Amino acid sequence: MNGKYKKVAYYPGCALEGSAHAYSRSTKAVGRKLGLDLVEVENWNCCGAMEVKNIDPKLQTYLSSRVMSIAANEMKFDVVMAPCNGCYHNLKKAEYDLANDPDSVAVVERLSTKAGHETYQAGDIETIHALDWIKHSIGEAGLRERVKNSLAGLKVANYYGCMYTRPRHIFPEKDQGGDSESTLEPHYMDDLLAAAGAEIVAFPLKTACCGGAHTLSDSDTSTKLVINILRAAELNGAEVIATECPTCHSGLEMHQIRAEKRFDIKTSVKIVYFTQLLGLALGLSPRKVGLHENVSDSLPLFKEKGLA
Amino acid sequence: MRPLAEIEARIAELGTAAKPAPAPAVAAAELLALGEEVLCHWIAARGETPTAEKREGFRLLALHRQGAKGEPSFNACRETCRELVYHRNLIVMDPDHPEVRKRLAMAALVANHLHLFIGGKMEVAQLGEFCCSSRPLRAPSGDHPEAPAAE
Repeated sequence: MNGKYKKVAYYPGCALEGSAHAYSRSTKAVGRKLGLDLVEVENWNCCGAMEVKNIDPKLQTYLSSRVMSIAANEMKFDVVMAPCNGCYHNLKKAEYDLANDPDSVAVVERLSTKAGHETYQAGDIETIHALDWIKHSIGEAGLRERVKNSLAGLKVANYYGCMYTRPRHIFPEKDQGGDSESTLEPHYMDDLLAAAGAEIVAFPLKTACCGGAHTLSDSDTSTKLVINILRAAELNGAEVIATECPTCHSGLEMHQIRAEKRFDIKTSVKIVYFTQLLGLALGLSPRKVGLHENVSDSLPLFKEKGLA
Repeated sequence: MRPLAEIEARIAELGTAAKPAPAPAVAAAELLALGEEVLCHWIAARGETPTAEKREGFRLLALHRQGAKGEPSFNACRETCRELVYHRNLIVMDPDHPEVRKRLAMAALVANHLHLFIGGKMEVAQLGEFCCSSRPLRAPSGDHPEAPAAE
């Protein structure tokens, strides 16, 4: 187990303060239950998300670097944890760019000086995902010891989305064999939920596009992509799709409803953050993990399974 | 090449075992070919000639590789291509498996995902590039404003 992950800087990002509040709530609750400390990055800003990157990628690099600079230089953390796939991806991308692209370094130096904070230097901090955080601080064995309500009998399809593993070059720690994460066949969520007792079903679309990119510009294609994901999960017997990306999560939830209205296609698989499932397994109440904040109503299913 | 809408319809037919239903191995091979056709659309739209080569024994994988050159976001469908190959193999290598129809339905979902992703990408440049987009692939580049500088 990695002791340095026991207390980390926490970068929630914008989504976790809004549409993905349940993810933030359950992440914090699980952390407390596991004895892990999260210290929120002070005065954090947007990571640059999708919008800024499309206008100017280097501005996105700067915005992400500022978050890392505060966590590393002002708060003196070695590790920053970002549960949102978009934030996680952007911080990793900024790290890569600042280690490899002198133009990015120049822009970040210029903007950091203007903003009046220390310039982030590549290597000052390690960015991890919530999956890394739990996997490497507690691990499967540690989780098994702490499970109070086993997820036994619950069939789960784990959906990682596109940003957790791509592009591969910004995740040098992955694909290293042993206990490292795989970009081709990610398994950390599978490992953790299986340790909590869940039955993990095969899911060929676990890293496929959720259509989040054009949910506004071409909603029908987004809905069809989501229908495919939901159907693939159901075809393999899943009762729940576990997510770890706010964009994917809200896309699956909203387009599940839209699919019924627009295409008369009904699916019943429930969409839940993996931290919510872990929280229930650790004995937290549905409210503590924010099940009531999801659009997808999974409470009846969890009651039926004796988990709520 | 057939229009993408026709490809989508044929994928749906194969996935639901519409009558007359081809043998599972034949249907799986056709799904793979439909996936190749979708990739050919993407490559042709970029002004290139789709390769006839194979990679790891499959033209689909060679076409994906060709389509991803200079377009990193295209790798967002790399695993979808590999899953299509995997499901085709499952069916072709064991066509009498008791779950072969389920496997075929899954292969069709995977093929359809490839079609939807690439179809969407052909409408909206940079789709899958984490995320959002602004310029339709077919629009002249002059329609897109130059990105402003960082300052």
